[in-house]
Amino acid sequence: MLKYDLVVIGGGPAGLAAALKAKELGVDKILILERSTTLGGILRQCIHTGFGLHHFGEELSGPEYAYRFIKDVEKTDIEIKVDTMVTDILTGNTVIATNNVDGLMEIQATAIILAMGCRERPRGALEIPGSRASGIMTAGTAQKYVNIEGYMPGKKIVILGSGDIGLIMARRMTLEGAKVEMVCELMPYSGGLTRNIVQCLDDLNIPLKLSCTVIQTHGIERLEGVTIANVDENRKPIPGTEQYIECDTLMLSVGLIPENELTRNAGIMIDPITGGAIVDENRQTSRPGIFACGNVLQVHDLVDYVTQESYTAGEGAAKYIQTKAKNRRPKYIPVCPEGGARYVVPQNISSDADSDVKLYFRVRDVYKNGRITVTNGDTVLYSKKKPKLTPGEMEYVTVKVEDIKKLDKKLPIIVKVEG
Amino acid sequence: MKKDMICISCPLGCPLSVEMDESGKVLSVSGNSCKRGEQYAIDECTNPVRMLTTTIRVHGGALPMIPVKTSAPIPKGKMMECMQVINRMALDAPIRMGEVIICNICDTGVDIIATNEL
Amino acid sequence: MQYDVAVIGAGVCGAMITRELSKLELQVVMLEKYNDVAMGTSKANSAIVHAGFDAENGTLKAKLNVQGASLMAYYCNKLNVPYKNIGSLVVAYSWEDMQTLDILFERGFQNGVPNMEIISKEKLKAMEPHISDTAIGALWAPTAGIVSPYELAIAATENAIMNGARVMRNSGVFDIEYKNDMFFISTAKGVIKAKYIINCAGVFADKIAGMIGDESFKIIPRKGEYYLLDKIEGNMVNHVLFQCPSKMGKGILVSPTVHGNVLMGPTAIDLDFDSKLDLDTTIDGLNTIKQEIHAVIPELTTRNAITSFAGLRAHLEGDECDFIIRPSEKNEHFINLAGIESPGLTAAPAIARYVGEMFCEMAPEYTKKENFISRRPAPVRVRELSLEERKKLIEKDKRYGRVVCRCEGITEGEIVDAITAPCGARDVDGVKRRTRAGMGRCQAGFCGAKVVELLARELDVPMNQITKHGDNSKIVFKKTK
Repeated sequence: MLKYDLVVIGGGPAGLAAALKAKELGVDKILILERSTTLGGILRQCIHTGFGLHHFGEELSGPEYAYRFIKDVEKTDIEIKVDTMVTDILTGNTVIATNNVDGLMEIQATAIILAMGCRERPRGALEIPGSRASGIMTAGTAQKYVNIEGYMPGKKIVILGSGDIGLIMARRMTLEGAKVEMVCELMPYSGGLTRNIVQCLDDLNIPLKLSCTVIQTHGIERLEGVTIANVDENRKPIPGTEQYIECDTLMLSVGLIPENELTRNAGIMIDPITGGAIVDENRQTSRPGIFACGNVLQVHDLVDYVTQESYTAGEGAAKYIQTKAKNRRPKYIPVCPEGGARYVVPQNISSDADSDVKLYFRVRDVYKNGRITVTNGDTVLYSKKKPKLTPGEMEYVTVKVEDIKKLDKKLPIIVKVEG
Repeated sequence: MKKDMICISCPLGCPLSVEMDESGKVLSVSGNSCKRGEQYAIDECTNPVRMLTTTIRVHGGALPMIPVKTSAPIPKGKMMECMQVINRMALDAPIRMGEVIICNICDTGVDIIATNEL
Repeated sequence: MQYDVAVIGAGVCGAMITRELSKLELQVVMLEKYNDVAMGTSKANSAIVHAGFDAENGTLKAKLNVQGASLMAYYCNKLNVPYKNIGSLVVAYSWEDMQTLDILFERGFQNGVPNMEIISKEKLKAMEPHISDTAIGALWAPTAGIVSPYELAIAATENAIMNGARVMRNSGVFDIEYKNDMFFISTAKGVIKAKYIINCAGVFADKIAGMIGDESFKIIPRKGEYYLLDKIEGNMVNHVLFQCPSKMGKGILVSPTVHGNVLMGPTAIDLDFDSKLDLDTTIDGLNTIKQEIHAVIPELTTRNAITSFAGLRAHLEGDECDFIIRPSEKNEHFINLAGIESPGLTAAPAIARYVGEMFCEMAPEYTKKENFISRRPAPVRVRELSLEERKKLIEKDKRYGRVVCRCEGITEGEIVDAITAPCGARDVDGVKRRTRAGMGRCQAGFCGAKVVELLARELDVPMNQITKHGDNSKIVFKKTK
C-alpha cells in the first residue's frame, strides 16, 4: 500500500492550487491523481482569454492560466500520476486508483482533497423529443473536438442555452468557418456574462433568442434540423410559435453538474442545491480529513474564485494533517440561504474559526438594487444593496472573525437577498 | 447616426446609446452610469478591438493543435483576415509557451503567440 | 459467394436462428442492412422476459412464449448475457382490473405458466414499497424476468461466428430472384447465392417476402417510446410492473433493467407502412409515459432521465395476432418470420429451436456438427471484478487499468475487446451496446471523443469516418485546418 499525507483527486485548476497551497504550508508527501493524460483540466480546451483578471491581474487564456500552476507544481516535490482514475474512496481514507502503468493502486492518505470538477448537463436530462441522429452534443464536447482534436463537429449550428461555454463556442465555430444560426435560451435572460454576449454573439451578428427552446430534433442519420418555439412564463412552449431551423448540429450549453459520484459513494453528505458536498469554512466535508474545492463543490463562473477556494481547502487540509485534528470535531454553526439566495457555501462555520470567512452564494433571479443581509438571530452581520444581481454571477460577502466570536452559536447564520 | 450597445466595463451592463456625426465622430453618449461607460462607447465606435484566440496545426507533437492568441487586441474588422493567415500555417513541434508564431499579423503591429507548449 | 442458408435480418431472432443453424454442417450467412446487429426492434424494446399469460390459448405465440421464458436462463448462461429472473406483477387498481387478473391467470394456467399467484394489496406493498396506494392487488408471475436484448443478439451472433457462420453488415437486400433451385439475393454488397432463406427482417419482413411475390401479410410499424432513468432511481422498482392489458398491447410498464437502471414505456402508436425508419420520440408520447407511470409509482419522476428513445414493433395488419413462422406459400425454401412483436424477445430461444427443427425436416441432408461450441466466452467486465481480480487482470493487460467511461467505469481494454470481437463494434453506439461506455449519466459527454479516437485507432481510419450508428451519422466533419 502506498502512503501519502495528502492525496488530491483531480489535476485541474482546483487540484493544482490546493496541492500547491498545502505544499507551501509544509505538507510533506503529496500526490495528485489526474484522469486525463495531462494536467490542467478543462482549461486546456478553453483557449479563449478572460482568465486570471482577479488572481494575476491580467487576462490569460485557459492553457496559460493552467500553465502557471503546472510549472509551480513541477518546481516542488509534489508527485503526479496522470491518466489515472480513482474508482473508490474506502473507509480510513484509502483511495483506489488504476492506470495503465502502475495497475491498481491502494493509496493510504491522511487527508484527501476532492477536485474532480464538473460535467455538462446532457441531452437526456432535457427531454427534447426527436431522433437519435448524430450531431447533438454538449458545447464542451464540441470544444474538445475543435480545439484539441482539430476536427469540425458541425457546419450549420444551433446552440441551446446561453451559458458561457455556449457563447464562447458560437464565436469559436464562426471563426473556424461554421455558420451559427442562433443561440436559444429558455429563460428570459442569459446565463452567460454580458461581455460574452457582446463579443461572441453581437460582434458576429448571431441572434440570441430569449424565452425560446428546442422542442424537437429531426434527422435519422445526421441531424437535419430542429424545431424551436417560444416559451411562456412557465417555460412551456407556446403553440403557434414553432419554427423549423435547418442545421446539422445542436450544441447544448444548459448547465453544469458537479461530478460527485465518488463523493456520494464515499458516503459524504451532498447539498441538493449545489450538487456538491456540504462543507465548513475549511472546505472539509462530512467525512473528517476529506476536503472539496472547485467545480466539484459548486459551479464557479470564474477560475480565479476556484483558485481562491482551493487555497482555502489546501490550507484546511494542511492544518488537519499537521495538528492531527482528526479527533476534534468543532461545533458547527449552520449557514442558510433565504429569500432570493439559492444556496450558500460553506454550509457550516466552525464556532472557533480563526479568520474571516467568505460566504459564496447565487441568487434565484435577476435583482436590480437587491439587498443582501447576513444575520445571526437579531444581530445584523452585513447589509448592503447591490445595483445588479444575476443567477449567472456568483456573489460573496465576508463575515469578520471578530463577529464570528460573538455569534449566538445556537442560531444559524442567515444569508438573505431581497428585491 | 445613432448606435446602441451594452457596456461591458463591469457586470452592470448598462444599455448605451451613442450619437455620431457623418464622419463617425462621437457627439454624445447616454445610458451610462459611470465615466468608464462613456470611454467604452467612444472606443467601440471609433476603434473597436478584440483579442483573437484560435489554434494552429502542429506536426510531431503529442497533440495535433496548439492554441494561440494575439499578443494584444486587434481591430475587430481584421479578425477574419487574420484567421485566414493563421489557418494556412502548420508548425513543427516542439513549441514553447509564449513563442512568437507570426510577427505583425496582417500589418496590425500585433504578433500571434503560442499559449501552451507542445 | 454461395451459401446453403441466408438469414435476412440480424435482430435477436435472426441471430439466434443463425446460431441454431451453425450447429449443422452447412454454410450460413446472416445479412444485415445496418452497420451492426440488433439495430431494429431488438435494440429498443422493453427488455422483458414475459411469463406467458398474454397470448391466447393454443397459439404458437403462447407455446413459444412459455418455452422461451423457461429456456432464457439457459441460453443467457451459455452466451454470457445479463439476465435476471425477477418476476412480474400485473397491477390492478379496480375490481374490473381484478377480474382481468382472473382472466390472465386462467389463460396463463392454460398456457402452462408455472407458479402464478394473485396477491393481496399488502403483499404487493411488501414486494413494491413505492407502488401507488390506489393499487389493490396484482398477478404475480415468478418466471418472468429481464434480459439485455441487444447483448443477446450480439452474443448469439458472436457464437454463430465461432461456429463458422458468416455475418455481412451494411448488406441491405433489395431484390431476390429464384432460379435453378437457388436464390440470388441482391444486396448492397453484391449478389449472394443461397439454397434457403430465413426471413427475419422484422418490420421489413413484408418487403422481403414481397421480393419473391409473397404478399400474404403486411407489417405495420407500431411505435413505442421509452424513458431510461438513472441508476439513482434503481431502488424504486423491484419487479416488472405491468398495468392491466388493453387492445393496443400490454400498456405502459416500469421495470428495472439488468444494469440497474429503470425503464418505463412503451407507448403504442401505429405508423404508416412507409414510416419504418421513424424512431422520433414525441412530446405526446413522453407525456403519456410520465402520466401513466405517475399513477403506478407516484414518486418516480423523469428528473433523473438518462435518455428517451423509440422502437418499432412488427405488428401484423388485420386480425391475425399469432406469430407467422412457416415456409412461404410462394416458395417452400423460404421461411417467413412475421409479426414477431411482444413476446418475441422472450420467445427468441424457442423460435430458434422451432425454426431449427422446421429446417431439419425440410432439409434432412444437413447433419449435425460434432464440434459445435455452445458457449460464448464472457466479455471482461472490469467493474464486476474484485480488487484482487482487477489487480491481476491489469497486470496481464494494462489497458484494463485505463478507465475511459467514468460513469460506468469502462476501460480501454473492454472497448478494444468490443471493437476487435468477431462481429465487433464499428461505431460509437456499437461500442455503447457492447460495453456500456457512454450509457451513464453524462451520456458520453466525456468519453464520447475518446471512444471515437479508439474506434479510429483500432479500425485504422481517420476520426471523421467514425459514425454514431453507421451510414451518414458522422460525429465530426473535416479537419479544422
